[in-house]
Amino acid sequence: MKTCYIHSVVSISAQDSFSENDTIFEVREYSDYKISAVHPPYRDFIPLSQLRRMSPAVKMGVAASKKALEKGNVEQPDAIITGSGLGCMADTETFLNTLLENDEQFSTPTAFIQSTHNTVAGQIALGLKCKAYNTTYAHGSVSFESALVDAQLQIEAGEAKNILVGGVDELGTEFMDYVHLVEQKQMQPIQVSLSEGATFCVLSSEKKEGAVAVLKAVEIRSKIAEENIITEMHDFLKTNKVKPSEIDAVVLGNNGDAFDVYYENLQQQLFPETDCLQYKKYVGEFFTASGFAFWMGAQLIEGYTLPKNFFIRKAESKPYKTVLLYNQFKGSQHSFVLLTQC
Amino acid sequence: MNALKQELKENIIEQLNLEEFTVEDIDNDDALFGDGLGLDSIDALELIVMLDKDYGIKLTDPEKSKEIFQSINVLAEYITEHRTK
Repeated sequence: MKTCYIHSVVSISAQDSFSENDTIFEVREYSDYKISAVHPPYRDFIPLSQLRRMSPAVKMGVAASKKALEKGNVEQPDAIITGSGLGCMADTETFLNTLLENDEQFSTPTAFIQSTHNTVAGQIALGLKCKAYNTTYAHGSVSFESALVDAQLQIEAGEAKNILVGGVDELGTEFMDYVHLVEQKQMQPIQVSLSEGATFCVLSSEKKEGAVAVLKAVEIRSKIAEENIITEMHDFLKTNKVKPSEIDAVVLGNNGDAFDVYYENLQQQLFPETDCLQYKKYVGEFFTASGFAFWMGAQLIEGYTLPKNFFIRKAESKPYKTVLLYNQFKGSQHSFVLLTQC
Repeated sequence: MNALKQELKENIIEQLNLEEFTVEDIDNDDALFGDGLGLDSIDALELIVMLDKDYGIKLTDPEKSKEIFQSINVLAEYITEHRTK
């Protein structure tokens, strides 16, 4: 496959990942069952006249994409590809609640037109006046990775040189309360907060000055039996000509539920001495939370020091040249992402 | 009439998410569209639904809505004359 260079990665999360410093120095600790992202002053990125109609997902997406394009030195991308598990939940709730309250009468347009999964990619394109390829993937916890796969294919086919890729999900108003209630009925529920966030990056077929890392491989598997995760990961690495011992860090999507056993098995059996990191304890669980892992991976390869709280296991300080990201949700929708130094 | 104008301003700010405005910022003669409050065509649809829902006024002629939505004064006058609830 053609090399896919990462020119910037920007993330809005429940941590200060969108700060001026471009990294996190102090970790915010949370105990609530749902937590909001640390929202930046959006008026710095979006005209007030547009801001008033935007839900948090759109605001996060537009602000993160603007910064990602700016950092990647790209004015007009050749494609905009996003992923979102739940789309614009806040406006979906508004629209449906209004229908119920008014007996399906007096439906207004704003919430409806802003409630779809592709609202974010659409608003980014409108803001940029970009009429290029524009697609959104709604595929649960592999929504962001699906967008990455599409971007890789676009670059491989020579359809696009510079691609804006992102993943975004928002809490909404009430929906997550019901998710929490259902989750609490599980034998071993998710132990981290439910949350929201947006990660955007610029991928390119050309290596330019300031390139952050290389997106070496992305793979999505719908189902993997618990006992097969080691073999599957081994095969993924072998396909990409990387030995487990060559992985400098593994970023895992632990959320405390019964399915964390997938992460534990990998950590203990395949990567017994490799640096292992987690993030959902600090940025919460949402369908595109793995975008934050992508940001962490890029940070490690760029040479930033992540706070020690993120490390499950850390060996001596060393440069991170190859980073593996692994995520799954309830034992399904597994994603393997391999990042390497340029 | 003054109570109605106050009510209209509050509803417009809330329903159109005019976060930067307070009731005091909107003069009764300010243009709602264009250079005044800067409302647009999507806001016009929201206002048409608001007239139907809150005052029982059904607007079907787009030209008519242009006249009615000139300002709070004009809108309040029209509602007073035509409201059914």
